[in-house]
Amino acid sequence: MSKSEIKSPLPGVFYRSSSPEEPNYKEVGDTVKVGDVIGLVEVMKTYTEVKSEFDGTITSFATENEDAIMPGQVLVELET
Amino acid sequence: MGISKLLIANRGEIAVRIIRAAREMGIRTVQVYSADDVNSLAVEMADEAIEIGPPPASKSYLNIEAVLDAVKQSGADAVHPGYGFLAENADFADAVNAAGIAFVGPSGDMIRSMGDKASARKAAQEANVPTVPGSDGIIVDLDVASELAAQIGFPVMIKATAGGGGRGIRVAENAEEFAQFAPQAAAEAKSAFGDGGLYMEKLIAKARHIEVQILGDGVNFVHCYERECSLQRRRQKVWEEGPSCALSDEVREKLCSSAVALAASVNYRGAGTVEYLYDDESGDFYFIEMNTRIQVEHPVTEAITGIDLVKEMIAIAGGTPLSVSQDDIVLRGHAIEVRINAEDPANNFMPFPGVVSDFRTPGGPGVRFDHMLYDGYQIPPFYDSLVGKLIVSAHTREAAICRLARAITELRTGTLKTTAPLFAALARDPKVQAGNFHTKWLEPWLEENAHTLSDDEGTRS
Repeated sequence: MSKSEIKSPLPGVFYRSSSPEEPNYKEVGDTVKVGDVIGLVEVMKTYTEVKSEFDGTITSFATENEDAIMPGQVLVELET
Repeated sequence: MGISKLLIANRGEIAVRIIRAAREMGIRTVQVYSADDVNSLAVEMADEAIEIGPPPASKSYLNIEAVLDAVKQSGADAVHPGYGFLAENADFADAVNAAGIAFVGPSGDMIRSMGDKASARKAAQEANVPTVPGSDGIIVDLDVASELAAQIGFPVMIKATAGGGGRGIRVAENAEEFAQFAPQAAAEAKSAFGDGGLYMEKLIAKARHIEVQILGDGVNFVHCYERECSLQRRRQKVWEEGPSCALSDEVREKLCSSAVALAASVNYRGAGTVEYLYDDESGDFYFIEMNTRIQVEHPVTEAITGIDLVKEMIAIAGGTPLSVSQDDIVLRGHAIEVRINAEDPANNFMPFPGVVSDFRTPGGPGVRFDHMLYDGYQIPPFYDSLVGKLIVSAHTREAAICRLARAITELRTGTLKTTAPLFAALARDPKVQAGNFHTKWLEPWLEENAHTLSDDEGTRS
């Protein structure tokens, strides 16, 4: 097992679900596959999905829901 | 009573605009800001500035408690909400007023009443303002509704009461489709929104968006003529102008008078905008909604009437009666505003939160540029992409379009991509020059003309 990180490609605000009423896309302990959506980044009212580039298991969220983020900032840590 | 210290509960170009108005009135200004806006032009210009939270708007500009704390801390005796954020939040207006501080806008109850589609429509009908023909409230009996649809005339829109922003809408072209779609729409609305309620409205296929600026002090009510905002992308206005070239003097008079009648019927206090759909073919206009705030495109009206709308609304909030009567308000020439957004028009209008460099602003006769930019400024990614508004005015619409084309060539933002090339292209378009458009015109035009919207083609031809 090795550790990997999913980073934000964009600056903006990070969201863990598609809307406040919806459950989070992923939780700690969930397994993810390449292409799975793990969150959204809002840039100037435009929403972009952040997808996993790895197969693995989520060990932690490095960024909280609704946090401001910069490009390259780590969002999710996984074991792959 | 008068106002001596005004807190601006907003950001960006409108905050700059409000600071300018207040300063000319001898009013001190307090600018609230998020952690990411510490280097903003509004913070630099205001007499005082107070940080209210982290960059995301939900934690700063939309955080009522944080803004109210800043109001108390600053000793401001008035709050201007600008547009967006808390501008039409009735609870915020109530909380400001309850603290004994003047809210620059109407009361919370007025905001509530006009913000609710059904009660706004009812108020319009009671003031004899035409509304889009449709069902009176929720459809109860589908057979009765089908008969009504035939009376109104197809096509009709079947809308979910719990929908919004274009969701939960179906169009029926005839009675057969109505009978087929209405039960489907009810079932869909039930599963999507948990509420199967439907209502119905006539579909006006090629409508123009025309809106009337009004001012009221609770006793006197005036209109400041209309603006046409038919050029829209994804329901966002990109080009606004006044007066509308589609209206005869007779229709203009009827339209503007109806807006005043609505304002008077509710004893409106503040600046407001009554929005209509206008059907070129029939010459009919229909109320859609009333906005109880200053609008992005207010400078169009300021250019053609000479009235400073932001100063008027601050004065009204301070208890001063309107400074103008209807007879004082005269249309002069033509004005156009275009929205300079930090977006890349050559790349499907992707947001472009870049850095301004090599900055040059348009100037010369008949040009106004309201903005939040300076050399080296990093556009924050957290907020709306609007960074400036270029407003041109001239004696005629034709001359205003030539002036727009000229002024756009003077704007430079270096590595920051903006929507400026779009307006260079639109100003060259024969249909735009002829004023021949409607609210669904721009999107197909963009598909066909996407290749003309890069920097090199646009601004420096």
